[in-house]
Amino acid sequence: MTQALLREIIDYANRANPYPLYEELRKTPVSHDGDGPYVVSTYYDIHSLLHDPRISSDAKNLKATGDDLLGDQSDEEGTTLPPSFLKLDPPDHDRLRRMTNRPFGPPHAPHRVHDMRDELGGLVSGLIDGIVETGQMDRIDLVDQFAYPFPVSVICRLLGIPREDEPRFHVWAETLAASLDPDPDADPTQRGKGSMDARMELGMYLAGLIEERRKNPGDDMLSQLATADGPDGAMTTMEALSTSALLLIAGHETTVNLITNGMLTLLRHPEALERLRNDPDLAIPIVEELLRYEPPVQLLPQRTTLSDVEVAGVTIPKGASVWLMLASGNRDPKRFENPDRFDPDRKDIQHLGLGSGIHSCFGAPLARQEAQLALSELARRLENPRLLEDPPQYRQNSVLRGPRHLPIACDGIRP
Amino acid sequence: MTSTGTHDGSLERLKREGRIVVVGASLAGLRAAETMREKGFAGSLTMIGDEPYEPYDRPPLSKQVLLGNAVADHTALPRRRAIEAEWRLGVPATGLDMAARRVELGNGDAVEYDRLLIATGVRARPWPNAEEGALKGVFVLRTRDDGEGLQRALAAGPRRVLVIGAGFTGSEIASACRERGLDVTVAERGDAPLVGALGGVIGAVAAEMHRENGVDLRTGVMVTSLEGDPSGRVRAAHFSDGSTVEADVVVVSLGAQRNTEWLSGSGLGAGPRGIACDAGCRAFDIRGIVTDDIYVAGDVARSPHALFGYQFLSLEHWGNAVAQADTAAHNMLSASADRRPHLWVPAFWSSQFGVNIKSVGVPPMGTEILITQGSLAERRFAAAYGYQGRLIAAVTFDNCRWLPFYEQQIEATAPFPPPFSTVDRRPEGSKPLPADFPDPSVPTHGPTITLSGYSPADRKMTFTPGR
Ligand SMILES: Cc1cc2nc3c(=O)[nH]c(=O)nc-3n(C[C@H](O)[C@H](O)[C@H](O)COP(=O)(O)OP(=O)(O)OC[C@H]3O[C@@H](n4cnc5c(N)ncnc54)[C@H](O)[C@@H]3O)c2cc1C
Repeated sequence: MTQALLREIIDYANRANPYPLYEELRKTPVSHDGDGPYVVSTYYDIHSLLHDPRISSDAKNLKATGDDLLGDQSDEEGTTLPPSFLKLDPPDHDRLRRMTNRPFGPPHAPHRVHDMRDELGGLVSGLIDGIVETGQMDRIDLVDQFAYPFPVSVICRLLGIPREDEPRFHVWAETLAASLDPDPDADPTQRGKGSMDARMELGMYLAGLIEERRKNPGDDMLSQLATADGPDGAMTTMEALSTSALLLIAGHETTVNLITNGMLTLLRHPEALERLRNDPDLAIPIVEELLRYEPPVQLLPQRTTLSDVEVAGVTIPKGASVWLMLASGNRDPKRFENPDRFDPDRKDIQHLGLGSGIHSCFGAPLARQEAQLALSELARRLENPRLLEDPPQYRQNSVLRGPRHLPIACDGIRP
Repeated sequence: MTSTGTHDGSLERLKREGRIVVVGASLAGLRAAETMREKGFAGSLTMIGDEPYEPYDRPPLSKQVLLGNAVADHTALPRRRAIEAEWRLGVPATGLDMAARRVELGNGDAVEYDRLLIATGVRARPWPNAEEGALKGVFVLRTRDDGEGLQRALAAGPRRVLVIGAGFTGSEIASACRERGLDVTVAERGDAPLVGALGGVIGAVAAEMHRENGVDLRTGVMVTSLEGDPSGRVRAAHFSDGSTVEADVVVVSLGAQRNTEWLSGSGLGAGPRGIACDAGCRAFDIRGIVTDDIYVAGDVARSPHALFGYQFLSLEHWGNAVAQADTAAHNMLSASADRRPHLWVPAFWSSQFGVNIKSVGVPPMGTEILITQGSLAERRFAAAYGYQGRLIAAVTFDNCRWLPFYEQQIEATAPFPPPFSTVDRRPEGSKPLPADFPDPSVPTHGPTITLSGYSPADRKMTFTPGR
């Protein structure tokens, strides 16, 4: 029964609206059958597992199980790059995340994200001006023309990746993001090979850049990851590689979806869009509510138990695969009143959209700032925007869920 | 007005036009007032505070303010909502007439109440020798004025600072001094910093932190006297081991005393250990009978906790003040069946020498300790405290994201030692150690938590009048 429900969730046919399925899922807070994963779908249970030291993010602790919805992902990291800190436990996770954070956030770099504000503003204006230049207001693809290029440019600037190389790793990033998707129909061997090749090529590309930055450091993050020597020592080349690959990919697919899901939601709630137009500060609560209502990362399929763990009366045995259904927890009526309502005025909105605990989204401050800026500028500049397709066409991915295209039209674009 | 029934409409009347008085206009007082308004209290609200300032936050005083990163008068507490209160600031409450339901003020005024909330907190324990304590350059740290004065003294670049007492506040002060590049000596009667609050195993880690950061830490020693120069400025301190330390700033950090003197003779069960109240924040009178109209919250309160054997806990914790104020406010406006117990699991944080320290539960109850994650040597760890086969508390150093887990385990009365494995378990975490708290019968200023063991059923509740 669970397995069937899970298949439905993963099934592309339900991508546009998985929420009724999540509701069904929550009737059994921890569901499991056969050899499938233990699926946890209610807010409080997910939240506590995210803070539970008996839960590991390291695939090595996963007992090989038979019928696996995920396909065989264990060698997905391949031999080319060691796992990034996303897939490690403390102490290695903590050390790498700490070292990565040194050039990125407080206490050592408290202004980094804030100082990018003007640059982000420039990118947003540039992209919207670009739409004006095409002269085609009756059909804009918000993904291709805005929501994708924006965060990609940002992550490239942050890491210090030459602009002209963007298209090359776009392909790798896409492949690797797709490999996160538990697609039951894809041929696992084929897919495994594809993502391994992509990792290899991306690794080689980044290795070249890092080599160069070691000789010629700038103030970009890649230089700092390659050369920094803090209290934790320096990163090995392999660690710098897998960390920068992680930032690159995580910076790619998630924010795109946050912005696209955001615009889609706002176009479905014109009164909220109107309010945002008149009050750009509303972008702050709107983005928080979006992270609850349409989180770009829908579920975390990578956890495993180090001990028997009892959750909601179910004992999850040691070595089991655990899926944490973030998007379902975000719509749990036991936690949020009227959870299916998009409510920018919602109080007490501790959502799971960016995870929680030690693996909570590393790039959260940047993602928030990007989405706030993007949505408030779109609201301000687009005149009478409207959806051309509802629902729009979605990406295949059920983990990183968002529209592939978002065709909209508007009457004009304000300066 | 009967205070509990709703049948006679008294509760509605209280909410509509009652008079509520809050004594102690700080964290607990303000949060309670906000909650009362949130719950629809429309009557008159009087906030009485002896400090001349609107409610401000104290934790920054020993941290950002001492570093010069924040100004003491910029630590006003953010308001969650308007409370439309009559503020009586800069005037102490000096007496309570329980029969007449009246609070007397230092300026001769009196304010009548239907419900009273007492949130007068604690004050710093002064240096026992008043004359020495009055020397210029001798400080305590509790108020905004203290913080500002001390920060100015540190900014003037003293040759050496002496901190007496290495509890949380003393350690934070020492840390701030080192960060400012000042020479600092810390004198601690116990065997290590923080031993009273966290025990000897963790105390040893804290001692290392002090020393590695260049603090001249002296443990197992007492300061016996302070010496001034002819101009009345402190110049040196004499120690029980015969040594002398020259310092031009001395910070006395010997714990706190409850602000209850103003209640002496009132008939309320208020003494040096605080004001005893039931789990619903209602104060006891000296006969051990719970009052119906007087409530207590924050550092001044002492209340039984079901999770910890109904021991009466007094907590000097920020989070406790907020949660208890909320409960008190709720209960003040509720019929007896709707009242809630204050079941907050004690939690505390501190930051010193760049390390973030957090604890949940009641560590001093623990007899054993187990390093469940990370390592003491790296000063990044989580440790669990055990008491009679039960997990009773936990502390983390730079590892606080795991703390909610331990809190849940404490709430669930999970077994100790924990039977499960965790991420980042090291060999040192394979066996519990004695937690090594100092003998509780020997007084120390150290603990920020004091426990005393009367169960609610225990009739032998003794009343000790204020000193
Ligand atoms: C330097 C410092 C650092 C701290 N750091 C931390 C920390 O890191 N983490 C943490 O959890 N906690 C910390 N605390 C503790 C925390 O600040 C207290 O728990 C909290 O302030 C308690 O609030 P309260 O309202 O109960 O009492 P208080 O804040 O003490 O307020 C009581 C108020 O009542 C007034 N008053 C007293 N008697 C009378 C009277 N008779 N009439 C009128 N008014 C009166 C007092 O002047 C005071 O303003 C720290 C405290 C200090 C001093």
